[in-house]
Amino acid sequence: MRESTLRDSPREPAPTTLAPTDGRNVVTLTEHILEIISDSGEGAQKCGQSFGSIAAQMGNGIWTTEIIPAEIRPPARSVAGASGNRIRIGAGPVTNGGDETDLVVAFNEQVLLGRVRAKELKPGCTILLENMWRTDGDPTVVASYVETHDRLVAAGFRVIEIPMEQECRKLVSDPRRGKNMFALGMLCRLYSLDLKLAVDQVVLAFGKKDRKVVDANISLLEAGHRWAAAHLDFCYRIPAVRATEPQIVVNGNTAIALGVLASGMEICAMYPITPATSVSHYLSDVFEKVGGVVHQAEDEIAACAFAIGASYAGKCTVTVTSGPGYSLKQEALGLAVMGEIPLVVVNVQRGGPSTGQPTKVEQGDLLTTLFGSHGDAPKVVIAPATIEDCFYSMITARRIAETFNMVVVVLSDASLATSQQPFPRPKFSEAWMAPPVDQSPVPKGAQPYDWDENTGLARRFIPGQPGGMHTLTGLAHDRDSHVAYDANTNEQALRARSLKLAALQRTLAAPTVFGDAAGDLLVIGWGSTKGAIEEAVASLRAQGRRVSSMHLRFLQPLPSGIKEILRGFQQVLTVENNWSDRPEDPIIDETNRRYAALAMLLRARYLVDIDCFTEDRGQPIKPSTIRRVLEAKLNSIDRRPATPDPVPASPTRTGRATQEGRKS
Amino acid sequence: MTTNATECLLQLCDEQFQLEDYQSGVPRWCSGCGDNAILAAVQRLCRDEALRPEKTVFVSGIGCSSRFPHYMKTYGFHGIHGRALPVAEGVKMARPDLTVFVNTGDGDCCSIGAAHWIHAIRYNMNLTVFLHDNQIYGLTKKQASPTSPIGTKSNTTPRGSYLEALNPVSVTLGVQNVSFVAQAVDWIPEVLFDIVKAAYHHRGLSFVRIVQRCPEWLPKSFDPWLHDPNRVQILAHANGLHPSAALSRTYKNQLEHDPSNIHRARELAGDSVNIPVGILYRNPEVPCYEDLIRPDLLRTPELTRSVLDSEMDKYTIWP
Repeated sequence: MRESTLRDSPREPAPTTLAPTDGRNVVTLTEHILEIISDSGEGAQKCGQSFGSIAAQMGNGIWTTEIIPAEIRPPARSVAGASGNRIRIGAGPVTNGGDETDLVVAFNEQVLLGRVRAKELKPGCTILLENMWRTDGDPTVVASYVETHDRLVAAGFRVIEIPMEQECRKLVSDPRRGKNMFALGMLCRLYSLDLKLAVDQVVLAFGKKDRKVVDANISLLEAGHRWAAAHLDFCYRIPAVRATEPQIVVNGNTAIALGVLASGMEICAMYPITPATSVSHYLSDVFEKVGGVVHQAEDEIAACAFAIGASYAGKCTVTVTSGPGYSLKQEALGLAVMGEIPLVVVNVQRGGPSTGQPTKVEQGDLLTTLFGSHGDAPKVVIAPATIEDCFYSMITARRIAETFNMVVVVLSDASLATSQQPFPRPKFSEAWMAPPVDQSPVPKGAQPYDWDENTGLARRFIPGQPGGMHTLTGLAHDRDSHVAYDANTNEQALRARSLKLAALQRTLAAPTVFGDAAGDLLVIGWGSTKGAIEEAVASLRAQGRRVSSMHLRFLQPLPSGIKEILRGFQQVLTVENNWSDRPEDPIIDETNRRYAALAMLLRARYLVDIDCFTEDRGQPIKPSTIRRVLEAKLNSIDRRPATPDPVPASPTRTGRATQEGRKS
Repeated sequence: MTTNATECLLQLCDEQFQLEDYQSGVPRWCSGCGDNAILAAVQRLCRDEALRPEKTVFVSGIGCSSRFPHYMKTYGFHGIHGRALPVAEGVKMARPDLTVFVNTGDGDCCSIGAAHWIHAIRYNMNLTVFLHDNQIYGLTKKQASPTSPIGTKSNTTPRGSYLEALNPVSVTLGVQNVSFVAQAVDWIPEVLFDIVKAAYHHRGLSFVRIVQRCPEWLPKSFDPWLHDPNRVQILAHANGLHPSAALSRTYKNQLEHDPSNIHRARELAGDSVNIPVGILYRNPEVPCYEDLIRPDLLRTPELTRSVLDSEMDKYTIWP
């Protein structure tokens, strides 16, 4: 898997003409978080995505996050109905969604309330609020608006009422369609973004439609820009540095789909499930152009069985799902493990168990992925940590699956799925693709499962190969694929399937440490938490704290070298977006605490007393939260006598450290 | 129909195969089990049609019937309970050049795999499906199956099964896109072979229900039909079965049935007294899913590079 290289991409200074020159109050910032929210269907998503693209083209770092209501069409003006986009824009690379929001554009006060109650807005946050509700025909709407407005002002928010509806009505008859472009124009002005780039975005978005539609949207965009210039007495400038090599901006699910295209896989079998389905939406649109097929099966089990059939016939196949669907596939995955059929499974994790929180993020499926199915069913598990990883992990997964004849599970999550971040445009290599299906005759006497004594690897006979005829079976079998119930054969086969993980592990590089190789505290993460963890660690390191982090992309097998890395630190803490028992709960102690998934895995593997901090709130963990926890943990380490080795740390002690972390 | 690029390799010379070329191992089915008759008919079909063993795949689920692939010297896939059809669909989608058969039982197909059965009919992929219907769970030792006649005493229904039996032929004939439905009985080898052959030659999903004796768990269940040949109704037609004179001497209950008539097929399928044997329905015009969905393109690196490049152009922000 390729390391993310955003940080290394060469940059040059931006042209100075990008800053407004009218002598207004321009505040230069290193980063800002803004969001635009509306009822669903009012186009806030589109506005936010366009803003993100324009900022990225300017050369700013961005991380965009979708704000998605749970329902398709929640009632208008409802607290739970906020739909929109949140953009963190920075002078340098941005690796995560960051902390609370600095500026909001809201199309009504109710969706705004939802964000306030979720504590998503920074104290004093600037709110640009549509004021049409003040003069609404319904007195209850007016009362609600006025009350909310006044309370927000009293709470210290900087509320600026904007006559968006009124201004748009001067240009179009139905401002519901188009108010988002007015808002985009305002935001371009507020953030000193090039309006020309915004016009290009509109042409790109509406180019296929009537020229009139394009013109109407451009005039709304320009009106928003003019209005902000005339009426708002502040604006921001976030210095931008453009990368010299081309970057692409996609979300994690699109990156996975592009990865499937690039990997040479030919068939994707799926069943619709949030938040994984958009991978297949995109593939359905483009896959046939490269000779690919998306099969929407009748259920998750059929999708997995179909993929297994296609893989067995020589075309390594991918099936894409989320937690509940993954559970349904488990029996079939056992068959793929038993038959040693290469298979790529993508699990875009969501909140669980059961239907849980379909649109929200959780890293809750690690253990079920590692140990799921039944019996001993070793699988490879990799977890992309960035949007760029999502792309390359598909190529890696296909390759490992076919080299080792194994099931490879790619664990993404709802946060990666819906977030966008620029990364260097991949340059296609033929080596990414699978070789043609082997149809050569099988040498006489060769066996379908000629397990290698050292690695467990066996060659695979693919239908069509003369002389290779055998019946693949989910029953225990011998080297000839004959059903075998005898004790020795059973153990030989179990051993071979298990050894393949070790054989793969021998080829993996040790993970890299972010920060110094030794210190007081090592933070370990996996998946989408990478950016936030490293941001927290970097800010503490800047203050001289002895903390480093390590992010694991291979969860099974775990690469070698981890034990040596752990030795360099006094204490080790995993930070995960899943459940672990809170040490401060009165009945929780060291004998019953349920640790987070990765912590449990590492404790068992390395016999080190690894602590964990987890949040399971359906949203990415904020870097400021991680920073607070790490700071408290570091303070607790400072107070105790130095021990060179992490092993002697007592559970109660680590428990207390975490507790302090939570309360601070 | 367009020819897929992977099908371009043609066999240019005739090849001869013997029955032994398809036989593997000694079947472990009980003596008198109807599965043996099905195996004999299918091996004969392979020989007569000179199917290349390496280009032929038998896919099965779990149950007595699903041991079938182990006794064929072709490629075989003995998978998990109920999922033979989706596995076979995946094989066929990936490799239209392979001839794919499915062996499934009444528990495998009509109970745990029922969803896949309905949808397989609708997909109408070019597969030949044999439903080995012995009306009982055999491998797990006698439990009632969905096709067990009402009142069947079994280990899970010691006082007799409670529900009317599901009729697999009626169900299949009721699904959109059905293109081939036939019924056979294991004890008339000549007709069984003719039906297996017709099913193989149909392009689309050929569904053959084979009423199959289970001497171990339901030894007397099929006696009424065995002892009274008139309760087996042979469906004959110029476009269907052509019963031989010898056969006609024993099986006198014959009916002219045009396999293109689905309404008549549904009426016949519902006959609770006689077992209709023959081709109930055939419609070669129903499109195959793989022909509809598979693009006629080879996945070459050059093609991949150009499509990937044009896709990434859409998302590229140039410095």
